[in-house]
Amino acid sequence: MGNVSLIDQLKGQKIHDLLEQGKRVDGRSFDEPRQLTIETGVIPKAEGSARVHLGDTEVVTGIKVQPDKPFPDLGDKGIFICTAEILPLAHPDAEPGPPGEDVIELARVVDRGIRESGMVDLAQLVLEKDKTVLGIFADSSIIDHAGNLFDACSYATTAALLSTKIPKWEMQDDVPVKVEGQESDAPITTIPVSITMGRIGEHIIVDPNADEWSCLDARITITTNSDGNICALQKGGKDGFTLEQLVKCGETSVTVGAKIRETLKEIKGASQ
Amino acid sequence: MILGGRDTDLVLLDENGIRCDGRKIDETRKIMIKAGVLKNADGSAYIEFGDNKIIVGVFGPRDVHPKHLANTDTGILRCRYHMSPFSVEERKKPAPSRREIEISKVIKEALKPAVMLEQFPRTVVDIFIEVLQADGGSRCAALAAASVALADAGIPMRDMVSACAAGKVVDTIVLDINNEEDQAGQADMPVGYMPNMEKITLIQLDGVLTPEEYKKCVETAIGGCKLVYEIQKKALTDKYFSNGGNN
Repeated sequence: MGNVSLIDQLKGQKIHDLLEQGKRVDGRSFDEPRQLTIETGVIPKAEGSARVHLGDTEVVTGIKVQPDKPFPDLGDKGIFICTAEILPLAHPDAEPGPPGEDVIELARVVDRGIRESGMVDLAQLVLEKDKTVLGIFADSSIIDHAGNLFDACSYATTAALLSTKIPKWEMQDDVPVKVEGQESDAPITTIPVSITMGRIGEHIIVDPNADEWSCLDARITITTNSDGNICALQKGGKDGFTLEQLVKCGETSVTVGAKIRETLKEIKGASQ
Repeated sequence: MILGGRDTDLVLLDENGIRCDGRKIDETRKIMIKAGVLKNADGSAYIEFGDNKIIVGVFGPRDVHPKHLANTDTGILRCRYHMSPFSVEERKKPAPSRREIEISKVIKEALKPAVMLEQFPRTVVDIFIEVLQADGGSRCAALAAASVALADAGIPMRDMVSACAAGKVVDTIVLDINNEEDQAGQADMPVGYMPNMEKITLIQLDGVLTPEEYKKCVETAIGGCKLVYEIQKKALTDKYFSNGGNN
């Protein structure tokens, strides 16, 4: 926007100067994400939940599981839907109201990474083919916004899914009925990990913080699965990437993603 | 599942390397672009890309409404990608879906590096994309047409933005995924590319690729973008030079 403050301009200049010297503003190396901490089971009323700190960015994701009608062309699969909301308390610029294009993109990128990896075996969530399936609703609330919401929401959603217990439902007289006291782990097949990288000038940095985020030329989010394959990708920002940069980002997403996956594997109930 | 589709028995690729619509793996669908198809818009283009039929109108640079969106340092770009209710098999509700809002955003960001908005502070360039009939790869077709419409509007540009998708079908990387291949194939990667500046300004991926396939897929898509670039240039040449430059 045209209303960049002088402080922001100076910060931007500082970030550029440091990158030229091979340094980042918070002392990290270029391919080093911020400190990631994950707590699961933070919302006992939800079937799965996680609270994630990625540096100063903080997200709570809750999973609700409930019977629903399947999508018309996918009668043999359960439903999986991700949403996100930047709560008004998360940032001075965040306003309540319907989601804008940034938040819609955020939710769709998180959704795509998890969906395309096949993390949850949706075929196991069918109660009656074409009629009733279980829906998994993963809703992420951003409670502190300090850059790179893509990865924070993605890790929180993945962690919440890993901790999810699916209640047992049975069809009785065409109506789904919950069987009390019986539950099972979510059918997990792989652990997707998204890595968001930003380009500032010719430099590519992993997990940009809030200050870095505001001076990105372009960004890319690449999600990999447990096999080290790439399963989803989204470019954003006002400029582009060269082919060489994209290939390098792909490699970085595999190596850095593997480390993050180790953290996610420690979550109780993770079977992978 | 013999031929590797997600969950269908549609033959996506036969033993001779021919795809479900008769194309070879490195062949695009039929593409036709016409520049300057609207009277009122400052620039416009119509594209047929396989069964996609998309019309794009560009207005601007012009005053920004609402005014608070205006930027004193540069012009701004706005983009609306919209699908007509009758454009798809099952009627689409006319209100913009989350998918359309996301596509509008990625197309806008794909065009932004090419448009010299800094020459027009306090103004807006509006791009309106209407998908009259949708097939697979509508965002690429829309981006290619929008780029021609911007050039037709006489807006200064650093480069054209071309677009084409590549994807994976039966464990094979193929160019320009159609609707059936998108539904039943293994991966779809739309790419937007500035052919002279060699810069990728749009890239997305749905589906699983090994790192080697990923690289090949991007390269294949860029190859497609270069083909589309020639057709974009021809559309502009046809409008502006077909009559000895008197149009």
